[in-house]
Amino acid sequence: MLAESTVQESMTKPSNPHIENAKNIFKRLKKNKAAMVGGFLILLFILTAFIGPFLVPYGAGEQNLVNKLQGPSAEHWFGTDHLGRDIFSRIIHGMSITLYIGFFSVFIAAIFGVVIGIVSGYYGGKIDTLLMRLMDVLLAFPGILLALGVVTILRPNLNNVILAVAVFSVPAFARIVRGSTLAVKELEYIDAVRALGAGDVRIIFRHILPNVFSPIIVQATLRIATAILTAAGLSFLGLGAQPPTPEWGAMLSDGRNYIFDAGHVALFPGLAIVVVVLAFNIFGDGLRDALDPKMKS
Amino acid sequence: MTNDADVLQIDNLQTSFFIDGSEIKAVDGVSLNIPKGKTVGIVGESGSGKSITSMSVMRLIRNPGRIKGGSIHFNGEDLLQKTEKNMQNIRGNKISMIFQEPMTSLNPVYTVGQQISEVLQIHQNLSKKEALSKSVEMLELVGIPSPNDRVKQYPHELSGGMRQRVMIAIALACNPELLIADEPTTALDVTIQAQILELMNGLRKELGMSVILITHDLGVVAETCDYVAVMYAGQIVEYADVHTLFNNPKHPYTVGLMQSLPRHDMDQEELNVIEGNVPKPGEMPEGCRFAPRCPFASDICTRELPDLMETEDGNQVRCWVYSEKWDGDPEVNVKDDYKTARSQ
Repeated sequence: MLAESTVQESMTKPSNPHIENAKNIFKRLKKNKAAMVGGFLILLFILTAFIGPFLVPYGAGEQNLVNKLQGPSAEHWFGTDHLGRDIFSRIIHGMSITLYIGFFSVFIAAIFGVVIGIVSGYYGGKIDTLLMRLMDVLLAFPGILLALGVVTILRPNLNNVILAVAVFSVPAFARIVRGSTLAVKELEYIDAVRALGAGDVRIIFRHILPNVFSPIIVQATLRIATAILTAAGLSFLGLGAQPPTPEWGAMLSDGRNYIFDAGHVALFPGLAIVVVVLAFNIFGDGLRDALDPKMKS
Repeated sequence: MTNDADVLQIDNLQTSFFIDGSEIKAVDGVSLNIPKGKTVGIVGESGSGKSITSMSVMRLIRNPGRIKGGSIHFNGEDLLQKTEKNMQNIRGNKISMIFQEPMTSLNPVYTVGQQISEVLQIHQNLSKKEALSKSVEMLELVGIPSPNDRVKQYPHELSGGMRQRVMIAIALACNPELLIADEPTTALDVTIQAQILELMNGLRKELGMSVILITHDLGVVAETCDYVAVMYAGQIVEYADVHTLFNNPKHPYTVGLMQSLPRHDMDQEELNVIEGNVPKPGEMPEGCRFAPRCPFASDICTRELPDLMETEDGNQVRCWVYSEKWDGDPEVNVKDDYKTARSQ
């Protein structure tokens, strides 16, 4: 995740106080060709996840042992695996699982991370120290190791993978939101609404949250890529989705045994992961540049 | 000095900031009464404690600041004894505030209408629809043309003067008894300043509220205030009605301020200034805080801090010259002798 380190630092700066209307943001986004390609791919993936399974010729678990380990052909675009299942169809079926993991784990992480970050930044003092040290503890573990631990404790299955990935994404959100909150809470309009009799809850959710939203969106987009990658990694290690689920990491793991005789079994799920992760990354980068043009160096 | 006609009675207010173990007394024993329906100006240099005084009234002092002592009675009830919840019911409802920077005092992500509505929803439980139509009325009241369209606009679509009008609309939406305006015109250009002041004055009369006007602009004071408190280094040094203050200022600091105003009716080679700087909060002089800069300072001034004493005309001044203990030239007249004393 090349972009991550730069985002972490730059996102703590206050978001542009003059929220520009969506039109301007989209205009800048449109100028960024790579981001547009990324965005288009993501839309395509989402569409595929919904209607793809109805269009492909084979079911996810449909075996044909006679045709096992065949290379790509007109009949089987990406070839077949060791049980004669059509790899293309399985990848399309797996799309929804991949996106489900990506979106859902990031969604959970964002909710916890944002609440922790805002509370930390807004109240400061002991609460801040406590929460942030807790986040530091989580950050001290390499992501995949932390996820491994969580999954091992909770039993390996798809939902626990989501939880595991969410856990290690929380600190990223918490830190960024805390930084932005520290900047926003000093702004005069926060004093102004407090002087109007607004309580903490109203100030936090109605006035600070919308003003720290753009870094959250950017971080979420980039985090989805990380989440997908980690989840695939866990499945590859046998700790995520269990066979015969057409999860890409698991498929990659299946293909590992035949990598020298039938490389395509591992190649295509691997490629699928790369393309999806890449799409989210370049779109996230483009979104960041579009949301805060001043940050672009 | 206490009487029923006062909306607000600040008594011996002390607000300090505690930084690195040392105490910085930002407001040190301020007592001030705000009569019903009148405008009281608080004048002073930056750092004299005028904004901290007003923030203390709103109980909006944040860490590391703390209100250390004194009392602030609003309609007979001590605000310093109220819970935070009770204070929230008062803020924006009974006591409102206008801030200095109209450019940054509105939340950029909400429309003007939503922001006026918010205060109505907090305090008057109006529905969204009712609040919005009241918002349009408020915009009309503060003289914004085509309020029906403006109500849907975002702050960045309005000019500085317009935004300050919106701030006033928000502050007045709940019909407060007291309005605190913290340098409401500083960020605006001169023609707009006059309009905003006129608007505030008109609305004050119309709605019968009291106003605390914080400013460092003596011109603004002369135009709008009934009474004036001059602050220096966290204390009130002179309190008088506006005519007396301008015609017959008593404290050397006030006189200095008046004389440092550029005069359009005289040929001036250079501007008069008050030499030196406001003492740093950590290094307050032992005696009168103005003594190091005062051209009249005598022995007692450097030894003892004078009290705020009543003068014959019922005003107040914090200066040894007007005391029996005065040990300097007994014939001195601060106003007339200021220039000669300064040049010596």
